[in-house]
Amino acid sequence: MRRLYSHFGDRLFAFFLLLLALGVVALALLMAYELYRGGSLALGRFGLLGFALGREWDPVVQKAFGAWPYILGTFIVSFSALFLSFFPALAAAIFAAEYAPRWLAQIINFLLDLMAAVPSVVYGLWGIFVLAPWLRDKVQLPLYMWAAEHLPGLLPLLGVPTGYGLMTAVLILASMIVPYTAALARDAIALVPKEHREAAYALGATRWEVMRLAILPLARGGIIAGAFLALARAVGETMAVTMVIGNSHKLPYTLFGGAATMPSVIANEFTEAVEDLHLSALIAVGFLLFLVSMLVNSTAAYVLRRQERLVKGVL
Amino acid sequence: MTAKDLALKRRYRTERLMMALVALGTLLAFLVLFLVLAYALFQGVGALNLDFFLKDMRPPGETGGGLRQAIVGTLIVDGLGLLIALPFGLAAGVLLAEYPDHPVNPYLRLLSDTLNGMPAILFGLLAFILIVKPMGGFSGLSGAFALGFLMIPILARSTEGVLSLVPKEIREAGLALGLPRWRVILSLVLPTARAGLITGVLLAFARAAGEAAPLLFTAFGSPLLELNPLKPMDTLPLRLFAFAISPYEDWHRQAWAAGLVLFGLITLTSLLARRASRRRF
Repeated sequence: MRRLYSHFGDRLFAFFLLLLALGVVALALLMAYELYRGGSLALGRFGLLGFALGREWDPVVQKAFGAWPYILGTFIVSFSALFLSFFPALAAAIFAAEYAPRWLAQIINFLLDLMAAVPSVVYGLWGIFVLAPWLRDKVQLPLYMWAAEHLPGLLPLLGVPTGYGLMTAVLILASMIVPYTAALARDAIALVPKEHREAAYALGATRWEVMRLAILPLARGGIIAGAFLALARAVGETMAVTMVIGNSHKLPYTLFGGAATMPSVIANEFTEAVEDLHLSALIAVGFLLFLVSMLVNSTAAYVLRRQERLVKGVL
Repeated sequence: MTAKDLALKRRYRTERLMMALVALGTLLAFLVLFLVLAYALFQGVGALNLDFFLKDMRPPGETGGGLRQAIVGTLIVDGLGLLIALPFGLAAGVLLAEYPDHPVNPYLRLLSDTLNGMPAILFGLLAFILIVKPMGGFSGLSGAFALGFLMIPILARSTEGVLSLVPKEIREAGLALGLPRWRVILSLVLPTARAGLITGVLLAFARAAGEAAPLLFTAFGSPLLELNPLKPMDTLPLRLFAFAISPYEDWHRQAWAAGLVLFGLITLTSLLARRASRRRF
């Protein structure tokens, strides 16, 4: 082996390979560095904490920039979407991995791939022209009218029923992140050793009891990792959310009313930002988004690695 | 009825309930996908005609015209992006798979995973800072860089995955013949994995073709056909977004058509990719 590695052509090849591969390393470092540097004007003016917790975002009059409305919006939208999508996604994973006949499982897998591949502008288009008007006319207005008559205390919580707001964004997002939870959960369930199932069935357990007692506990890590991956997608989703969320950063947010997220404010204001401070504040929001994404993604990776070790230990 | 029978009955009831919930949840998970596809199909087919592919867009308020400039722009920007991403992504994948104990690999894997999970819009910000700002204006090229950045980690991981499926014996056979390692990789491993590599490239291309967020402030969009990548260029997702939020009826119609074409393009690449990957080594 020594001789092979010391071959001149090999060393040259490995060197070029390394040089190009280091481009990936450079890209990641460059992204962190450039986003920080680009946002440093705003971060320096308000301080990292002052910027992140500032509630005022006013590029025109006060020239004050606080990202709190966007951080809060991102937090609310992505966690609600995850909450709504988790159980349907888990059900689809259980169905595809355990109960569906082979042909049906293949169709489900194809649909999951497809769902992840449909561009987010197409979801957004559907949201603007179908979901938002439908929600406004069939859900939000009736609810609003009912509350106005019977429970006026609820109105500030509901907000103006325009159709374009928090609720619509959450619903769209929830259906977009299904495949990320479902795919990982499905793989985790399929990896559980057959003996566990057989042992539980042999004891007379029903199908659901086998799932609950023998399979899900072992697949837990993969399911949780999938949920984190879905959360990461939800945090970074830009176009579909921007198109239906109503783009308002006026706190407090209401159920029907407009809101905004970190990616949506960047998408909305970046091309219109003329002043250096405004541009820098938007890049600083990008930097915060970078940090949040990294946190969520590395949590997912950590959970997944522990899960792999767990399953290997059982085998 | 004894207590034992009752307990059994209860267990069966739970069983039936949970099975129904699993079936219901599965349907719910795909509900929106079906609705989106159905609308894109019905609205899009009605709006699609030959003009859509052969003519540029018309000024606001006028009806007719097409989105030739956006279709051509998508192919140019996405194609350039792929050219930018290919050497880096492939090299990183080959390094990860063929030199498993190279000292940089743990970092490389960690960072490419990190980049893979990054929101697409951040690649746009990076391309804005690195290219748009120094060049002094929006351009198709900066959009290509944004999409290229996005594709690099995808290509790296798919290449690594495919190469690790190539049987060890193929490498051993080459080495046993006295071939140097670089010849083994270039002449044996990569050709063996060709179908899988093509799949990875197609999927990365399809993923980037649907992205609008990284192009908002890089490629920017253009109402006229533009072939010079140093000028702002249009792409389908960008134009779809602009049309969807516009107040014009006819632009909404074309937005649906753009959605359908985009969806068709992506389904087609996914199916091609599936076909390419079905051939086993």
